[in-house]
Order: sequence, then structure tokens, then C-alpha cells
Amino acid sequence: MVNLVIDGKEICVKEGTTILQAALQNGIDIPTLCFLKDINEVGDCRMCIVEVEGRKGFATSCIQKVEEGMNIKTHSHAVVEARKIILDLILSNHHRDCLTCSRNGNCELQALASKFNVQVVEFEGERTNHKVDDKSPAIVRDFNKCILCRRCVATCKNVQKIGAIDCINRGFDSCISTTYDHSLNDVDCTFCGQCIESCPTGALKEKENIQDVWKKLHDEDTYVVAQTAPAVRVALGEEFGMPIGTNVVGKMVTALKNIGFDKVFDTNTGADLTIMEEANEFVERIQNNGVLPMITSCSPGWVRFAEKNFPDCLDHLSSCKSPHQMFGAIIKSYFAKKYNIDREKICVVSVMPCIAKKYECTRPEMEVDGIRDVDYVITTRELARMIKQANIDFCELEDGKFDEPMGEASGAGAIFGTTGGVMEAAIRTAVDTLEGKSMDKIEYTQVRGEKGIKEATLKVAGKDIKVAVASGLGNARKIMEKIKSGKCDYHFIEIMACPGGCIMGGGQPIKSSKIRSTINVAKLRRDALYTIDEKSVVRKSHENPVMIKLYDEFLEKPGSHKAHKYLHTKYTKKEKYDI
Amino acid sequence: MKTIAEIESIRKKKRKELDLRVNLNSDSIEKHILVCRGTGCTSSKSPKIIENFRKIIKEKNIKNVRVVQTGCFGLCAKGPIVIIRPEETFYAHVKLEDCEEIIESHICQGKKVERLLCKDINGEIVKKLDDLNFYKKQKRIALKNCGVIDPEQIDEYIAFDGYKALEKVLTSMNPDEVIDVISKSGLRGRGGAGFPTGKKWSFAKAEKSDQKYIICNADEGDPGAFMDRSILEGDPHCVLEAMAIAGYAVGANQGYIYVRAEYPIAVERLKVAIKQAREYGLLGKNIFDSGFDFDIDIRLGAGAFVCGEETALLESVEGKRGQPRVKPPYPASKGLFGKPTIINNVETLANVTKIILNGADWYASIGTENSKGTKVFALGGNVNNVGLVEVPMGTTLREIVFDIGGGIPNGRKFKAAQTGGPSGGCIPAEHLDTPIDYESLSNIGSMMGSGGLIVMDDSKCMVDIARFYLDFTVSESCGKCTPCRIGTKRMLEILTRMCEGKGEVDDLYKLEVLANSIKKSAICGLGQTAPNPVLSTMKYFKDEYIEHVSYNMCRAGQCKNLCEIKIDPQKCKGCGICKRNCPVHAISGEPKQVHKIDQELCIKCGTCVDKCPFKAISK
Repeated sequence: MVNLVIDGKEICVKEGTTILQAALQNGIDIPTLCFLKDINEVGDCRMCIVEVEGRKGFATSCIQKVEEGMNIKTHSHAVVEARKIILDLILSNHHRDCLTCSRNGNCELQALASKFNVQVVEFEGERTNHKVDDKSPAIVRDFNKCILCRRCVATCKNVQKIGAIDCINRGFDSCISTTYDHSLNDVDCTFCGQCIESCPTGALKEKENIQDVWKKLHDEDTYVVAQTAPAVRVALGEEFGMPIGTNVVGKMVTALKNIGFDKVFDTNTGADLTIMEEANEFVERIQNNGVLPMITSCSPGWVRFAEKNFPDCLDHLSSCKSPHQMFGAIIKSYFAKKYNIDREKICVVSVMPCIAKKYECTRPEMEVDGIRDVDYVITTRELARMIKQANIDFCELEDGKFDEPMGEASGAGAIFGTTGGVMEAAIRTAVDTLEGKSMDKIEYTQVRGEKGIKEATLKVAGKDIKVAVASGLGNARKIMEKIKSGKCDYHFIEIMACPGGCIMGGGQPIKSSKIRSTINVAKLRRDALYTIDEKSVVRKSHENPVMIKLYDEFLEKPGSHKAHKYLHTKYTKKEKYDI
Repeated sequence: MKTIAEIESIRKKKRKELDLRVNLNSDSIEKHILVCRGTGCTSSKSPKIIENFRKIIKEKNIKNVRVVQTGCFGLCAKGPIVIIRPEETFYAHVKLEDCEEIIESHICQGKKVERLLCKDINGEIVKKLDDLNFYKKQKRIALKNCGVIDPEQIDEYIAFDGYKALEKVLTSMNPDEVIDVISKSGLRGRGGAGFPTGKKWSFAKAEKSDQKYIICNADEGDPGAFMDRSILEGDPHCVLEAMAIAGYAVGANQGYIYVRAEYPIAVERLKVAIKQAREYGLLGKNIFDSGFDFDIDIRLGAGAFVCGEETALLESVEGKRGQPRVKPPYPASKGLFGKPTIINNVETLANVTKIILNGADWYASIGTENSKGTKVFALGGNVNNVGLVEVPMGTTLREIVFDIGGGIPNGRKFKAAQTGGPSGGCIPAEHLDTPIDYESLSNIGSMMGSGGLIVMDDSKCMVDIARFYLDFTVSESCGKCTPCRIGTKRMLEILTRMCEGKGEVDDLYKLEVLANSIKKSAICGLGQTAPNPVLSTMKYFKDEYIEHVSYNMCRAGQCKNLCEIKIDPQKCKGCGICKRNCPVHAISGEPKQVHKIDQELCIKCGTCVDKCPFKAISK
């Protein structure tokens, strides 16, 4: 243990603790900007500087470790004045168009400016001027709002291990860019959107589709259907001030209906459909010596990653489309026919925790007979914005219910939103199929939790089935290298691009660095999903009556010719740099 | 692979052969024509001169003459330099066509070529090297072999006690004793900050690690400083030897020399030296049969100033973008690839072998109380003798500028000296008698830095000088931390405004606030010292700043928007020379009539001032 004094308070903390952590543990708040716990601890912005008695310059509290006998002042006059100047300098090279910024009200720079009572920028001067990159269908980069904290760079490079972005040029001309300064669309970016989640300002954001959706909603000729992913319901409430992990599914459905959607469906049901197909595909691969391990394909960021980085391993990926794409195809076929709606007039809007899905729905493969499966993908954040635009008092809404005929979903569908969830859902169905009976065991806790890579061996029908679960592309790469080297004895692998799974997707409400360092956001959202599962009457996808009816009336059986036409897809090698 | 005995026998034989290089009274029948092959003289064709000398000697079949390429002699302003030993005859500005005459007259007939002999600032002929004031006050330790040996011949290095220190260390000292000697000598880092070298080594030695590294920082980024380059070009083995000694002392067996690619000659000499040292077994496995392994590789830098900062250098060696890390942890505990690493500057290392051989007391007897030994300065700017000088610590600025440097040319007055390059400060005339050491320079707002010393005469505007240096740091900032990336840019904008006559009184306050803030809050040495030129000029030349912002006046006449070029009607004879030479046709007037300058058109280039034969035009 180390004894030291911070702001006159004698404290004792573990060796190796940073000054920032030590202060935080003792209720002393030191402002930060570039700091992102465990991801970006580099001391670039200099906001967290503190005075250490006997030292010439300031110490960088986010990196520097406590030392015995240190006497630290976190808010001395000199420190506060220096921070003000740093903030002033950052603002002097910032466009400061807060009122029209997507991060208005949720911007760490704005919050600091308010905290430090910045009323005038003293050191005005030349501002860098960058072209906005909005070529990709998923991410918009506006570097006029970038403060060069490099949280995005660290996330992309150190967590996702992609390194699509890094700093180029020097000094005042430094900026974050890509290989040869090309659009994110044309480089090795996977559109996972974790950079957006890391950005303290509005420099990185999703490509908004709100206007497109409003236009369709206001078009009387269009039948607009919404579907909502499992992870959205446990995060949307945060945008309205509710505690992290609140399940707002009822209010969300009501809000969507109030906004004007003709039908509101649950992508959890689509997830059940995915399990029907995926579990079947897995069983077939097992029984017919197919390519193993089989890897899940629900995460479009992961799929793009595989196509760009491991093109030789694409036959390991399940041919299943992701749940919302499957569901979109069913809405425009089965549902359209059943309700006698012109399928060309249906517009499917998916509300997703993901921005890679914005790209996924534009993939040329994602259509049946020239009809696109899904027309627009909006993120959890965009839905919140639409609800606000519609002047709906979200917190006061009555609970609504998803529409028939596909209003029911199993608990297995709900846990799709977390790492390990797809695997567990698939196991529930696959085990029943392989054993030839309905097993009592439902929960497979070995694949739960926040570890980046989880492994389990299951005894099924007298056989050992080895499974693995990876979340985050850095972990995905590890697994893929293993497969490539031929040293992989897994049968089934679940991979999600975002660390923690969809609950922590690139389209989810953005949490400040401070919240991320003090609250386990992923756990709260994940627990909410498992609670939904626990409370569900039906917890296995193949026992969902909607599924039984759907196959009965339309798809015949999992893996049928028809199922393949609507629910399966293929993958092709993609150049890492499309330039 | 050579044994200790074999090396000693090379040493003895070669030393005798090369006695004439250092002994005026040598009885050698040979003569050595030494031609500088440092960067300066090389660019003024010294390789061709060497070739020519050799050709003539061969043609004339002259015996007992050897043409030798050497490192820099220091007095670069006189290059290309040819020195003939043992008599130390100093020929300056030698041209290709002079070779024949030198051989014919000097070598064959024993008559010195008068017209080529170097002259001092009074026009007196210099008979031998040491007669020059430039050399008299110098004490060459780091530069000892520069200009004496052929840097591409390991035997010549060995002749002058080369690799003797390594032998001594490996055969008779333990690592602690080595560190002890270096600590007691008082040697401090010559790269700028002056950290005690022995202490640094002891930190790295105390670290437990399976791998440690020694890095030689040869990323000499300070524009105007070239001592490291000269040492590498003139005496590369002394750096290799010192790195091996450091490796032995701290327990490292791999060294890297981080040298900028803009130093092609230095890089080439290092490559040759490393190859030769490996061939002799002085690098590699089991050196001198002691069980100690040490090898060195070269890493080329792309020339970013910030990569001279040790942690940015580490990033660069690791193949990453050159930008600093936050300290602590210091490299001695967590350096290259996270392993304990010693980073020493070239000049620091160049002192090590001499300290080992001559003892800590000898070294500590030179210099001042807290700054021991000598320091090499690259003397430049408005001074008569431009070049490299090595003086004991404690020598005053006045001695360097006026005695060694020969004072200010063109009868102008000394105004300031900038030490430490863009990171240092401007020292005014009132501090000319400050003895140069780490603390004294720091106390007067400057720093030792790597040893750049730029002399400025009274034609320089100090606001413009501050702007000039800041312009350099702004473009060399790596962009990592806010204060340096944006702060220095804002300072530069303010200074530019002032120089353009658009400054306001408030700008003075802003400049000072920013400067002091950046000094304390920037991550690395580059940012922390970037405000020094501004703060020091604001301290010593405040009047000039006030004149710029309050009276729209630049007393030096350098800031074009703040000065007017005028023709004195009393002196103007109407000769028309100014009119003919004005590049923008701003001057009008009939022959034999007083001429006029159109201030709107005038770009204040000063051509007319220089051209007027009657000194009728002034700024």
C-alpha cells in the first residue's frame, strides 16, 4: 500500500494505482478528456494534470502512479489556470457549433467548457479545416470537431486490433486519418462503430437515416414496419435519463407506434428464426462432416472483418443471414402475403444497437427477387432522437405490445444481444435436436460473462462438442489465427464484433469516459437481457409457436430450399483497401 | 577475432607510424596530407581533392607521402581544409587546381604555398594549427581524434588508445566500478538536459530484466548543431567502444545507434566501423574472451526534431510514429520494447573512453563545480570563425564569441547569443561573462541544449528571432499534446502579428501567459522548452516588443511592415544605381536629382541600402 496526500486528504491506496484512480476512489474528481480506462491512457490532452509538491512541471494523473509520500493538489490555482488555457486552446481550434451537433448535451468537451465557465475563447486563431467524410453507409467523420484525444485510434488499434485510423501529419496539422487519407469506406474499417462510442465529441457519428424514415412514415403509400433488436430495449431508456440496464420494451413499442409505424415487430423473433436455421446448419455440419468449426454470422462488423482479413476461411461462417435481415425477408414475403400487402410498398426499418447493420442492409446479397430485405437501419440513438422529435414524453408512456402475427419471441432470442447469447440459444436448440428430445437444461453459464474469449466443452449425445465465444475483433483475430494455423479443435464458435456483444454496439447510447471507468455498463445491460430470458415462458427458439407456425405455413423446414432462398446468404473475399 | 595481445601489437606498430599526426617534432620521414572529409568539406569537393592528390603523387612517383581522409578540423568556415603533418601547415579554401602546387612546392621543394595558408581575422598568416586563437582556448576531449585519424581505419583508432578502455573495463573492472568512475567524473548528458550519466547507468543496472538496451542518440535535431555528426564522421569507433562499456556496466548486450538519414556520411562511417569492430571481435560474442557479448545495429531516423527526445526516439526505434511518452516511467526502467534502456547522446559517449583511461579525477578537474569536462559548441551566425569548438565548462560566452570566434564581422555590435537552439534562450550582452555550464545557462533563461551557439549582431530584430525559432518548433511539434500542438501555434500567430505590425498591447500579456503555461503543461522537452526563445527575448529585449506593438516600430529594421527605407537628400547624388537595382521598381528620380522611394511599392528588401555608393539610403 502507498500513503499519500491528495488535496489535504491523507489516503492509502494499492501500489500501482494511478493518481487519477486514487483520487477517484477517494471522491476527488479530476477532469479528463483523452482518458479512456484501459484503452487510452496516454496523457495527450493534459486536462488531468495535477501539482505534485517538489516537482517542476505538472504530473499527468491518468498515467502516473502514486508514490509514497506524494503531496498532490488537484485543484490548485496553477492547475485550474493551466487547465483553463488547455481547454481554451482546444476550443480555439474547434467549430463550436454545439446547437446543431448530434452530441449536443452529451459531449465531454461541452461539459468541460460549462464546468470551467468558458465564456470567451481567449486564444483564437487559425482553425484546421477538414472535409467531412460521409462516403460510407455507416460512419461519418467530421474532423473539424476532433480534439485529437485519440480515443478512437486506441479503440480501433488496441481493442479491435484493426488500426484503420491513426494520426497523420505533424504539429498543428495533425489529424486522424486512414491509409493514404482515403474514406473509411474504402479502407480496412469494419464499421463496428466502437470509435463512435469512444469519441468524446461529435467528430465521429453514425450516418443518420432519420430523415429517410420520417419521409417513409409520412408517405401514405408506404407500409412502414419497425423491428427492434434485443439490445435496444435495455439501453434506450438511458437516452431519457433512466438507469443503465432498464428494460423499456413496452414503452419502446408504444413510442414506435405513436411515431407512426404501421407495425412493430420484435427482432428477437428474427433471432429465433436464425437459431432454427443456424442450429440446423450446425447439426448438419456435425452429422455430414461439414466444415468445422462453424462460426456465427449475425454480426456484420465481424463478417466484413472476416471477408477483408480471412477470405480463405469464409466457409467456416454460417450461411445464415443476421436476424433482422432474415426477419426483413419474412416480413416482405410471409407477412405481406398473409396480410395481403403489396410487398413492394413495405418499408422495413430495423432499430439496431449497431452501425455495421447500416452497411449490412446495403449489401447486394441482402435481397430476395429484387426486393431488399431491410430498407433502413437506425440506431438506438437515432430512435431516441426520433422520439424526442415527435415530442413524446417517453418516461410517461404506457407499455405496448409487439404486433401479431409475429409478436412472440423466446428467451433465447432475447439473449442474442450479449456475447455468449447466440451460442447459448443455438446450444439449446442443437442439443435438443442431437439428443432427439427436449432437454431440461436450459442455461449454459460457461458461455456467459464478459471475458473476451470463453470456451466450453459440452457432452451431447455422447459426443464432446467444443464451443468458443469471442467478442471484440481483437479476440476474433486470435481465434481466426488459430483456425488458420489448423490448431483449432472447436466445433462451434460465436463471434461478435463489439466487445461485450450488441449491448455495447456502436449504435448504443454513448457513455462518457467517467461513466465507463466507474460503472460496468455492459454488465447492467447484459443482466437485463438474462432477466428477460429468465422470465420468458418459452426459452428455446424451436419451441416458439411463431416459429412452428412459420415453418408450417411457409418455410417448410429448417434448411429447406425456401429457407435458403429467404434466410441464407454468401460471403465473398473483399480487398482490405478498396482504393 | 583478435586477442588482446594482437590488438596491442597493432596499437604499438600503428602508433609509431602515426606519431607525426600528433607530434610536431616527429622524426618521421613521411608526410601526411590530411584532407577533411566531414560533411562541410565534402560538399565543397574534398573527395575530389583527395583523389587528385593521390593521382599526382602516383604520377610523380613521390615516396613517403600519404593522403589521409579525416574527420572535421572544426574551422568549417575555412573549408575545404588541408593540413600537412607533422609540421601542421594549415591550407584553407583549397581548390582542386591547388593540389599540384601544394605537392610540387610544399612536398617536393619544402616551400609552403603562401597564398593558400590560412589567415587569422587580422589577416596574419597562421604558421601552424595551434597558433590560431580558434584552437588555443580549446580543449579537445570528445573531438580528440577528429581531424587526426582516418575514421574508416580501425587500426588508426586503435593506435590512439582505441579499444583500450574497453579492454581495461572487461579485464580489470566490475560493472559497479565502471559506473562509479563515470559517476565520480561528474559527466552529465550532453544532449541537453544534463542528467548525470553515472546515475542513469546505475538506474538501469539496478533493474532486473532479461534484456536491456544501450541506445546512442545521434538524432541531432537542433538546426545549427553538428558536433554529434562530426564525432560520428571523424571518430565513430569511440562511440561504439563507449556503448560497449555502457552495455557491460548496466548488463545490456544489444545497442542501437539512432541516427538521422540526413547524415549519410556519418551513417556510412558507422557501418564501416561496426563491420571492422565485428571483424576484430570488438563487437559480437565473448569480447576479449571475457564472456561479455555486445553488438550494435543502426536505426535510421527520418529527421523529426522530436525524435531527439528520448521517449519519442524509443517509439521511432520500435517502428511507431515518433512521439513522446509520459515520464515516469523513465527509459532506464521501461524503455525500448518495455525493457530497461540507456539512451546517451553521441558527445556524452565520446567522453566515456577517455574518462575510463584517464580516471574520474582527471575529468572532474576540468570544468566547474557542477558541470565537469568540456562541451562542444557549434558556433554560427554573425561571428567570424564559424565552426566546432570544444571548451572546458566554465568558459565564458565572451571567450567563445570573441576569442575563439573572433568577434562579430563587418564592425557590427554583439546583440545576443542563442544557445540550445530552438529550445534555448537568447542571452544578451550583459550576460556575456556568464561562465557556461548547465546551471548558469538555465538561470539566465537559456539552456545548454545540444550545443548550438548562434551569435546575433545588432541588425537582428529579437521579436523576429523569437518568431523564427517558434516557427521551427511549431512545424516540428509532433501534435500529441494540446499545449504544444495548439499553444505554440497560437504563440506563433501572436508573434507573426507583431512582426507584421498588427500586434496589440494585449498580445504581450497573452504571449507570456501562454508561454508560461506551455512550459509547465506540455508532455515532453520539445513543448516544455519551446517558449524559451520567446520568454528570454521578452525578458531581455522587452523594449523591442513594446516598440512593435505600441509604436509600430522595429529598431532593427527587419520587420518590413514596421520600417521605412529612406533616402537622405543631403547624401543622394542621383546616380541611379538604387533605381536600377530595385527589384520592384519602387525608386524614381531623374539623373543627378535626389531619388525617391515609393513606400507603397517598396518591399524593404534592402538592396538599395547595400548598393548605394554614397550610403545615402538607410532603414
